[in-house]
Amino acid sequence: MVVKRTPIIHRKGLEVFSLLAVAVIWQFIAVVIVKNDIFLPPFTDVLFSFFEVITDISAFFKDLSTSLMHFSIGLFFALIIGIPVGIIMGWFKAVNRMVDPLIEILRPIPPLAWIPIAIIWLGFTHLSAGFIIFIGAVFPIIINTFTGFKGVPLVYVEAGKVLGCIRDRDLIWYVALPSAMPSIAAGIRIAMGVGWMCLVAAEYFGVSSNGIGYKLWFHYGIHEMNFVIVYMLLLGFIGLIIDRLFRYYIDRRLLKWRSGVVL
Amino acid sequence: MGKVTITNVSRIFTKEDGTTVHALDNVSLDVQNREFICIIGPSGCGKTTFLRILAGLDFPTSGTITLDDVPIKGPGPKRGMVFQEYSLFPWRSVIDNVTFGLEICGTNKKEARHIAMSYLELVGLSKFAKSYPNELSGGMKQRVAIARALVNDPRVLLMDEPFGAVDAQTRNRLQQELLKIWERDKKTVLFITHSVDEAVFLADRVVVFTARPGRIKEIFDIDLKRPRDRTSVEANIAREKLLSSLGTEIKKAIE
Repeated sequence: MVVKRTPIIHRKGLEVFSLLAVAVIWQFIAVVIVKNDIFLPPFTDVLFSFFEVITDISAFFKDLSTSLMHFSIGLFFALIIGIPVGIIMGWFKAVNRMVDPLIEILRPIPPLAWIPIAIIWLGFTHLSAGFIIFIGAVFPIIINTFTGFKGVPLVYVEAGKVLGCIRDRDLIWYVALPSAMPSIAAGIRIAMGVGWMCLVAAEYFGVSSNGIGYKLWFHYGIHEMNFVIVYMLLLGFIGLIIDRLFRYYIDRRLLKWRSGVVL
Repeated sequence: MGKVTITNVSRIFTKEDGTTVHALDNVSLDVQNREFICIIGPSGCGKTTFLRILAGLDFPTSGTITLDDVPIKGPGPKRGMVFQEYSLFPWRSVIDNVTFGLEICGTNKKEARHIAMSYLELVGLSKFAKSYPNELSGGMKQRVAIARALVNDPRVLLMDEPFGAVDAQTRNRLQQELLKIWERDKKTVLFITHSVDEAVFLADRVVVFTARPGRIKEIFDIDLKRPRDRTSVEANIAREKLLSSLGTEIKKAIE
């Protein structure tokens, strides 16, 4: 099949049009109808503020790196705790029966409800912010790892056994883990999304004076709603980039064996 | 060596509600080294259970099995198995599937690849070493599975209807390739099939199982010289004998 190459504006015409239309309507409502910058700052104000934020490179970099640090701490602990817990629950039935009730009690508690505990246990530290993100991220990882392990086809385990892979440790490492990888990767992706959403709350209670979530609350405090919206959008964009990078890595490196992804 | 001795093996499954299923009843069989045995019987007669017990994936309720006079206590690389369903690890390339057994035994990577390549050549798939299983046809997958089972140099090769899911032409070719491999390596083979034609083409002896509970009904010696001609008069006579023996069992299984 020959694909006709067209300029990007033509190919993405509808998408661009839709975004521009929203911007125009927003501007119109803000300037003509609402006329109150705190209630709804005009699109153009937000746009200028946006450039103001990202052109102040050192400050922006500091906020970004602080937020990514909080995010990484939370995700790191969610991974090193969530994956082994999911594996052990999925492989050993007795462990599942012991741990599952505990998880089902803890899981529905919103991450934000853990903030007082985080402050008491860890104080106003980066770890404390990481803890909130950890709470948000760890459960999707546990549950998807567990589900992935439950779904490992028996024939792979038996094929492993007749080839001499007999110990639980070897079967987990060489057979069950790679077989469950698509499910685990999906869990990590969900966890990253939830963890990133928890960032605003994690930086709300004063663990640092940097960070994108922190800046959002700071500008809210001084009623600069245009900046609040800038940081909201930044959170969205960065979340999107993190998700895309992860998906790209996973599809290219870890899961290239799945049909449709090969080649 | 690969002498398998099965003595008075029974297997009774107990379900959660307490009911029992008698899968195998007092099965005894002596398999000589380098013998090619086909096992045939109606669906649900316990053939697969029998093979799984030999593989060490299941255990008899009573009776003993020995391989070269050593009791079988669990799965191990001395007995290779090819499954009915596709069992290649989809996350490993063809070559990495074949090296799996060697990796587990601690063979170094370079040597493992070298050995694996020779087995891939044997099944005619060395060109596909870097492919992934989902890129292969059903027949190719089973050939890789055979190479994977052979790479550990097992004494016995257990095959559970390995060609059941491939088309008739491919099946005939795979049977010929399997015989070529067997003649070269001279391993003991236990091969489950539903196909009388397949059994007569492959086996030294064909073991006919009864309907559940599975017992050995009859054992036929197939004294045809190799390479065999599927359409010869002698093959037809052997098929006819087998079919009539099997026919009464299939009728029982359906009733």
